[in-house]
Amino acid sequence: MSSSEVKVLGAWASPFVMRARISLNIKSVDYEFLQENLGSKSELLLKSNPVHKKIPVLIHGDKAISESLVIVQYIDEVWTSSESILPSDPYDRAIARFWAAYLDEKWFPSMSKIARARGEEEKKAAIKLVQEGLVLLEDAYTKCSKGKMFFGGEKIGFLDIALGCFLGWLRVTEKAHKVKLIDEAYSPGLVKWAENFCADAAVKDVMPETDKLYEFSKVLMAKMRAPQKPA
Amino acid sequence: MATEVKLFRSWSSRYALRIVWALKLKGVEFEAIFEDLSNKSSLLLQYNPVHKKVPVLVHNGKPVCESLVILEYVDETWNGAHPLLPKDPFAKAEARFWAKFSDDKLMPLIRKATLGNGEEKEEARVLTAENLKHVEELLKGKKFFGGEKIGYVDLAFGWMAYLINVLEEVSGATLIKKEEFPLLSKWMENFYEFPEFKESWPDHDRLITKFKNYG
Repeated sequence: MSSSEVKVLGAWASPFVMRARISLNIKSVDYEFLQENLGSKSELLLKSNPVHKKIPVLIHGDKAISESLVIVQYIDEVWTSSESILPSDPYDRAIARFWAAYLDEKWFPSMSKIARARGEEEKKAAIKLVQEGLVLLEDAYTKCSKGKMFFGGEKIGFLDIALGCFLGWLRVTEKAHKVKLIDEAYSPGLVKWAENFCADAAVKDVMPETDKLYEFSKVLMAKMRAPQKPA
Repeated sequence: MATEVKLFRSWSSRYALRIVWALKLKGVEFEAIFEDLSNKSSLLLQYNPVHKKVPVLVHNGKPVCESLVILEYVDETWNGAHPLLPKDPFAKAEARFWAKFSDDKLMPLIRKATLGNGEEKEEARVLTAENLKHVEELLKGKKFFGGEKIGYVDLAFGWMAYLINVLEEVSGATLIKKEEFPLLSKWMENFYEFPEFKESWPDHDRLITKFKNYG
């Protein structure tokens, strides 16, 4: 299968896009990475994700798949000769999916609230929420990893990808607001896990450098603060 | 062995109903535990400490939470009868996409379009109509989203079969006109009339009262 048959529409800074790229790397699938420009959407994006017009989109031959976790599962189910991304047991799969949904619906939005907080009180409350979430995630990590390195066991899996993709932005948040989020005090397992995740062969080339992401975050903040028309 | 499978639900939870339907389709016996959501049981809080919500499926003592996660678990565990998701990875991806669309996009829009206020309500009505077109498209040449049989996407959209009427009545807004959405209207009828689901519908009048109190 030539690399032009698989494309990822995305952006280097997007954690959701990273999920797709990590998954393809795990499966050793070559792909073309087509980056969208901030503030404008390509024809290809509008055509392949007409419902949401969002990245990531995985293009596989003539098929377009949207929604990052849907993409990860698709990749896992198509390229079956390589490492599995989802656990094999239905109950373990349910647990992994549960926490992935929690990350997208609760935890990541709570992290975004830190940047949007107005005033110290709001910021403190937002930070507390994220830290409380990390306590839950530490417990999930202990239960899922069963003493191994990753949520997925010996190798990175679905939940590692679902959470790990946020590490870049998490570090930017820690730097920008001078706060420790993944902390030895209440999430020692995750501290070690984060290091190992970022060092993984499937991850290290797609995880953005914190400094580069930090500079980019300032550009985004400026855009956010400017008056905008609703999408 | 009915007690092997328990489902924590409430009288009106549209999410819990998905699981009721799935278990019925699969012929799985289960014990339904009705929660009063204003006074949650300690068992519910123990089984779903993160969200403290229904539905929770408890299978052999192990809890599964989040309705779409539960649907996949049910499909994978009771994989003999009535498959809910297609086998083909792309068809599966599409099914998952549309289920998310129901919850992340359509439901909030319909809520705003019926229970919202002023400008927000009007904007939501327009966006609802646009987004319903996608759903109508999906039904071309099909009886159910799943094809000949009810599937995962039908269960995800199932809330529409009984709630749209309620929300339209409460708000006075008509969202789904037969002339505009003939396939979707027919699907709502077919789903509502599906024999195995006849006993499952929450009481209409009680729902009207509930949603009148939201405004």
